[in-house]
Amino acid sequence: MLELRDLNVHYDMIHAIKGISLTVEKGEIVTLIGANGAGKTTTLRTIAGLKKPTSGSVWLNGQDITETTPRQRVQMGAAMVPEGRHVFSEMTVQENLELGAYLRRDKEGIAQDMEMVCGYFPILKSRRKQTAGTLSGGEQQMLAMARALMSRPEILFLDEPSMGLSPLLVSEIFAIIKTINNAGTTILLVEQNAGMALSVANRAYVMETGSIVLSGTGAELMESDEIRKAYLGGS
Amino acid sequence: MEVFLQQLVNGVSLGSIYALVALGYTMVYGIIKLINFAHCDIYMIGAYIGYYCMTYFGLSFFPSLLVAMTGCMVLGVLIEKIAYKPLRNAARISLLITAIGMSLFLEYGTMFLVSAKVRTYPAMTGFMAKTFHIGNVLVTMQQIVILATTIALMIALQYIVKYTRAGKAMRAVSLDKDAAQLMGIDVNTTISITFAIGSALAGAAGVLVGVYYNTINPLMGVTPGLKAFVAAVFGGIGLIPGAMVGGYFIGIVEVLVSGYGNSMYRDAVVFAILILILILKPAGLLGKNVGEKV
Ligand SMILES: Nc1ncnc2c1ncn2[C@@H]1O[C@H](COP(=O)(O)OP(=O)(O)O)[C@@H](O)[C@H]1O
Ligand SMILES: [Mg+2]
Repeated sequence: MLELRDLNVHYDMIHAIKGISLTVEKGEIVTLIGANGAGKTTTLRTIAGLKKPTSGSVWLNGQDITETTPRQRVQMGAAMVPEGRHVFSEMTVQENLELGAYLRRDKEGIAQDMEMVCGYFPILKSRRKQTAGTLSGGEQQMLAMARALMSRPEILFLDEPSMGLSPLLVSEIFAIIKTINNAGTTILLVEQNAGMALSVANRAYVMETGSIVLSGTGAELMESDEIRKAYLGGS
Repeated sequence: MEVFLQQLVNGVSLGSIYALVALGYTMVYGIIKLINFAHCDIYMIGAYIGYYCMTYFGLSFFPSLLVAMTGCMVLGVLIEKIAYKPLRNAARISLLITAIGMSLFLEYGTMFLVSAKVRTYPAMTGFMAKTFHIGNVLVTMQQIVILATTIALMIALQYIVKYTRAGKAMRAVSLDKDAAQLMGIDVNTTISITFAIGSALAGAAGVLVGVYYNTINPLMGVTPGLKAFVAAVFGGIGLIPGAMVGGYFIGIVEVLVSGYGNSMYRDAVVFAILILILILKPAGLLGKNVGEKV
């Protein structure tokens, strides 16, 4: 469903992504893990169209989308929950959700999805009229996820959804990621919290300083000594 | 008391004009963080379009207002596309210098085309020339039309920004460009719409000022533009209600100072207010005092 072919991305002189390739099949949860600064966010921003690669290509559903705008990618069924949530802080929860459905015209479908996301995150329903900036970190994460779902994406990119949340909230968020996936949405999950990510993922890629250094099924990587040492704090 | 009320009436008229111009400064700043120096010249060109509509084409006030608003709308969008858009990713200072250049280009371009001669708006007749006495306070129909037009435009603006798709997109882009793009919002189109609306409001202000003060010239935008900018900063730059409040505040203060004190001090007082607000509440009257958002 999603494929990166030999992608290179630069920030001026910094070679942030060094020729990575990866695939995500329909229905999967794939996770991209790695330490801070490895290039995970840059990868997702390139997939979403916010950053232009210097070379290589991004493919969605068999189409080369490297030259398309973020808007076209949303239209093609891709949605992203960016690192740090990026909710529209001065707008209400309701308005944030409406903006998630910005490109849709089917009023009824939008209303249905509004119900659906409020089912996933009941707290949002009671906060509808509040501005997003007044929500707690966890609530903002939920809003950012709900907002992305409002475009009815086929594939959802999540950038560190667990960042800054209590362990309890992290479990809750991950359970919902599972639910969203079971409902048919393919997921590419970027995480530093490798343990959590590997436990929900079908497959995983490990990134180090701009390159993919390891890949395999979630279970395989969980067993791998390197991973346990580097990312799971085990020995 | 009557003198005060009379000054207030006059101040509200002037304030309406400042407020309309201030809205354009604040909207453009909100969306691309640019102090659009050329904005005051769009207001000047609006005044000229209105002038030619009334003199050469013999149009009455409202059609002239609409033509001027439309003309300025197109001009504002063109300026953004030609001069500012190519610099979207350049340093802020390059953009600012370009805006100053654009301002000078419009001022001296206008002088070249129509000469620096002062023009006089045709005297209003009929309906527009009516005057009313409320006690000893004189209210002219022009003042009523200025206030009514300004309020109608502000209501329309609030409606657009709050409830329409384009308005929501404008707010989203000014709050967070990346997130807005992730929603599928086209940032370029949204910026164009912002320039279109802000410039149309400036065009309206230009015609209103022509009708109210009669004389226009190619440099007429400079001082009112500066004051409208002060009004936008006073209210909180980037905030639409701030520009409205700031515009009326500056207009009323200016007229009161000239009325009671000395009209020589009027500009000094306006800028003293700017300095005070920058010291006491840098984010403006309605702004939240948080540093630049990261
Ligand atoms: N906007 C930027 N400008 C310059 N360098 C950047 C920018 N964003 C990220 N980088 C650099 O690119 C590399 C990858 O960063 P990032 O993709 O944010 O990693 P991660 O998400 O894995 O923490 C880092 O070396 C970082 O310093
Ligand atoms: Mg990151």
